[in-house]
Amino acid sequence: MTDFGAAFAAAFRLVVTLDANLVEIVLLSLRVSLGAVAIATLIGMPLGAIVALFRFPGRTGAVVVLNALMGLPPVVVGLIVYLLLSRAGPLGVLGLLFTPTAMVIAQVILVTPIIAALTRQVIDDLWGEYAEQLRSLGAGPAQALPTLLWDGRFTLLIAVLAGFGRASAEVGAVMIVGGNIDHVTRVMTTAIALEVSKGDLALALGLGLILIALSLGINGTAYVLKGAAQWRSV
Amino acid sequence: MEVGVNFVGTAPRARSAKASILPLELKGVSFSVAGERLIGEIFCRLESGTRTVILGPNGAGKSLLLRLCHGLLQPSSGEVFWRGADGLDPTRCQAMVFQRPVMLRRSAAANVDYALALRKIPRSERGDIVREVLDQTGLARFAGQAARTLSFGEQQKLALARAWALKPQVLFLDEPTASLDPAATRAVEQIVAAIHAAGTKIIMTTHDLGQARRLADEILFLHKGRLIERGPAERFFTAPETAAARAFISGELLW
Repeated sequence: MTDFGAAFAAAFRLVVTLDANLVEIVLLSLRVSLGAVAIATLIGMPLGAIVALFRFPGRTGAVVVLNALMGLPPVVVGLIVYLLLSRAGPLGVLGLLFTPTAMVIAQVILVTPIIAALTRQVIDDLWGEYAEQLRSLGAGPAQALPTLLWDGRFTLLIAVLAGFGRASAEVGAVMIVGGNIDHVTRVMTTAIALEVSKGDLALALGLGLILIALSLGINGTAYVLKGAAQWRSV
Repeated sequence: MEVGVNFVGTAPRARSAKASILPLELKGVSFSVAGERLIGEIFCRLESGTRTVILGPNGAGKSLLLRLCHGLLQPSSGEVFWRGADGLDPTRCQAMVFQRPVMLRRSAAANVDYALALRKIPRSERGDIVREVLDQTGLARFAGQAARTLSFGEQQKLALARAWALKPQVLFLDEPTASLDPAATRAVEQIVAAIHAAGTKIIMTTHDLGQARRLADEILFLHKGRLIERGPAERFFTAPETAAARAFISGELLW
C-alpha cells in the first residue's frame, strides 16, 4: 500500500509543480495519439462506410479481416514499421525511425482498423433504416456515404474514442519505433515502462494516474460536446 | 390547416413542357422470395391523372406492389414499364412517401433541400422551392427545427413536402397515415389532394376503407398477392364484383 500512497504523492507533486519533463511527455503523448487518431479517422471512416455500402467480390472477407485487424498486436505492428523505416528497410531513406512521426505511423496502422470496423457496423445499421428512403430520393451508395457518415456522427464518436483509447494506451508499438528517447520520443506509456524497469514504481504509478486522468478528461469532453450538439439536432 | 393548391402556378421551375412517363404498365409482374410467390402475376395499366388506391387486408402484398412499381424491388418475373418514358429517366419523375417517415438528422428545411440537391436542382433555386413547399404543407414555422424533434404527424407532412418539392409526375404513398391520429390523417389527406390537384398521379396503398372512399378515383383490390378486382372507386364500393372484395368492404377479415 505504501506504493499507492507514494504514487498519489508523486502524481500530485508532478502535476502541482508542472514538472517540465512531465509536461513535455504529456504534450508529446497527446500529439502522437491525437494525430494518429485524426489520420486514422480520415482513412478509417470512409473505408468502413465503403465496405458497408458497396457490394463487391470478397466483401464478406473484407468485413472479417477488418474486424480481425482490431486485435492487431502493437508490438508486431511496431516491429513491421521498424523494419520498414530502419536504415536498411524500404523506407529507410526517409530517416523517420525513432521520431514522433514513426510513432504516429505505427499508431495509425493500429487505430485505422478499429475506426473502420466500428464505422462499418454503424453505417450498416443506419443504411438498413435509410436505404429505401434514400434510394427513392435517387441516392446510390456513393451519395449515401457522406449522408450516413453525417447522420451517424454521434454514434461514430464512439469509434473515434475507441481508437483514441487504443492509441493512448498502447506501449509496444511506440516503444519499438520511437525508442523512448528522452526529450524526443518519450511518451506516457514508454515513460511508465521505463520507470517500472528502473524500480521507481511510485513515479510509474503516478504517471499512470495522470494518463488515466487525461483519458477521462478527453472522453468526458467528447461526451459533453456530443450532448450539446445532439441536443440541437437530435 | 390551410393547404394551398396553387403550387404549380408559382413553382420556379417549369416542367410543364416535359412529357409524362405515364401510363405505367405492369406486364405479368410477380415477386417471389425463396420460392414463395408473394405477388402473383399482375397485369395492369395505370393512367395519368387519377388517384389509384391499392386496397387490401394486411399481408395482401400492397406495399410490395408499390415498391415494385417504384423500382425499389425488382420483379422476379415480368416487367414494370413506363410507357411514356421515351428517353426520360422514370426514376427522376417519381417520389415515394413511406409509412414511417425517415428524417435525416438536420433541420426540416435541410431535409427538403437534401432531396432537391440529389436531383441536381441548382442551389440558387432550392431555397425558394423549400420555402414554398414548407409553406404549402403548413410547416413554415418548423423550417429551422431539427426534423427528428417534430411530431410523427409533422414528420409525415415533412415527408410529403420533401416529395412534393421534387415535383414528381407520380407520387407513391405506402399507408402514409397508418400510424397517425385523425387530425394528422386529415392534414396528410389534404396535402395529398393538393399534390394531386397540382397535376401529380397518386398511387397509394391503404387498408383504411374510409380513406379509400375519400381519396380514390380508382381501386386496385389486392388479395393474397393477386390483383383480383379493379375498377372505378364508386363502382367498387357500391357493387363489388368479387366475394373477397364484398367481404373486405363489409368488414369481415380475410386472410
